[in-house]
Amino acid sequence: MLLIPCPYCGERPEIEFTHGGEAHLVRPAPPAAVDEQTWTQFLYMRSNKKGPYAERWRHARGCGRFFNAVRDTTTDHFIAVYKSGEPQPVAPVKSSP
Amino acid sequence: MSKQSFSAFSLFWRGLSRHRSWQEQWRKANPKPQYDAIIVGGGGHGLGAAYYLAKEHGLTNIAVLEKGWIGGGNTGRNTTIIRSNYLFNESAALYDHSLKMWESLSQVLNYNVMFSPRGVMMLAHTIHDIQVIKRHVHANRCNGVDNEWLEPEQAKAFCPPLNIESNIRYPVLGAALQRRGGTARHDAVAWGYARAADELGVDIIENCEVTAIHRDATGAVEGVETTRGPIRTRKVGVSAAGHTSVLMQMAGVRVPLESYPLQALVSEPVKPDFPCVVMSNTIHAYISQSDKGEMVIGAGTDAYNSYTQRGALHINNHTLDAICELFPAYRRLRMLRNWGGIVDVTPDRSPIIAKTPVAGLYVNCGWGTGGFKATPGSAHLFAWTIAHDEPHPINAPFTIERFRDGFLIDEAAAAAVAH
Repeated sequence: MLLIPCPYCGERPEIEFTHGGEAHLVRPAPPAAVDEQTWTQFLYMRSNKKGPYAERWRHARGCGRFFNAVRDTTTDHFIAVYKSGEPQPVAPVKSSP
Repeated sequence: MSKQSFSAFSLFWRGLSRHRSWQEQWRKANPKPQYDAIIVGGGGHGLGAAYYLAKEHGLTNIAVLEKGWIGGGNTGRNTTIIRSNYLFNESAALYDHSLKMWESLSQVLNYNVMFSPRGVMMLAHTIHDIQVIKRHVHANRCNGVDNEWLEPEQAKAFCPPLNIESNIRYPVLGAALQRRGGTARHDAVAWGYARAADELGVDIIENCEVTAIHRDATGAVEGVETTRGPIRTRKVGVSAAGHTSVLMQMAGVRVPLESYPLQALVSEPVKPDFPCVVMSNTIHAYISQSDKGEMVIGAGTDAYNSYTQRGALHINNHTLDAICELFPAYRRLRMLRNWGGIVDVTPDRSPIIAKTPVAGLYVNCGWGTGGFKATPGSAHLFAWTIAHDEPHPINAPFTIERFRDGFLIDEAAAAAVAH
């Protein structure tokens, strides 16, 4: 089970959280002007990155808030956590054990 | 190269020399500089595709590239359940095509894949389950796929260890039974296809990871870069399960996939007790007994994307909670080992067997949590798609473009794992 560092509550076990999918996906606008390729990319296509991956978590059984994390998908180690709306940390540091 | 044929007589005959005179089942091939087609991924789907390309389409100058050892990925990590009771017409056609191929696969390959149509029973625990499962039963029968509704007493008669008391949290209210479904020996599927493909001249190259896909000025595939050197080819078929996104990215193609760890576990071996396959999507339990005697139990996916081939213990615990309640006699069974595999899940839980926007690049992916059952059919249709450069009518709906065009095949409710 992952130990997830919530930026509001500190480290908590994974069962308190729900996973919110890939982070920093921007909904295209205005809807009527968006072509089908752009919709497809937004709705269905995901980077599914092997390595550092920016994702959303919600501390559903804790503070209830969404936040973002960068996690290495080859090790499951968290590299960084940051609040929603903040930019993804540039050049994430090496995954620590 | 002609292979020694397996039969009761040959088994006896070679037994006289203490089984030392069997030849190797497939060659340890080294990569050639050029192939007519390359399959990336040496699991059941990839090896099968190579076999059908050689057998049915006459392409024998082909290779299967496997970054590890064959059958070492999800082919060797699944719970071996085979069924075709899917809801939609497209899926029923696809999975039943595969189920029909399972029935004769051992004879076709001259390799015992131990296909055992012992029946797959899916349990209903709520009024909603009953409605959904009965809808499946009717839809299946309209599509010529066998499936029947059982009352709890009938389910108990078919599977005596099942607890149908009304005092459990999710009592069994009925079940759907597909009698043609069952299990097979997963490793034997990879070995059988490898042996049969090798006999037709296919090079099976292990420890050979693809690191780049080369394209010419028109954008078409012209070769791959591997850890064992460059290989020229005009056709690349990607059949790499959880790593499909990584490979497709090498060719600049985005795919609607997310990779998750999916876990399974087995108990210590016990005497034959469990006669069928039982699955419950609602409380998440999958169980059958292997011929070795282990209870083979399928757990769920973890919540997050990962390539680690391991998952968290609470996922297994959740499944064992359900198993212990449904089969109280197994509460004291000790679990022998657990493991994880990386599954590639599409948004509609249906696979993709299709051409891609890149000429000469084909993909067979998105089997998610239930690809083993489809191995022969998937391989057969993928080979057809590569050989003809167009999809077979059965896999024609399973494109990448279905997401753009809104023609989803939304099997989420029918997939092997409750979502």
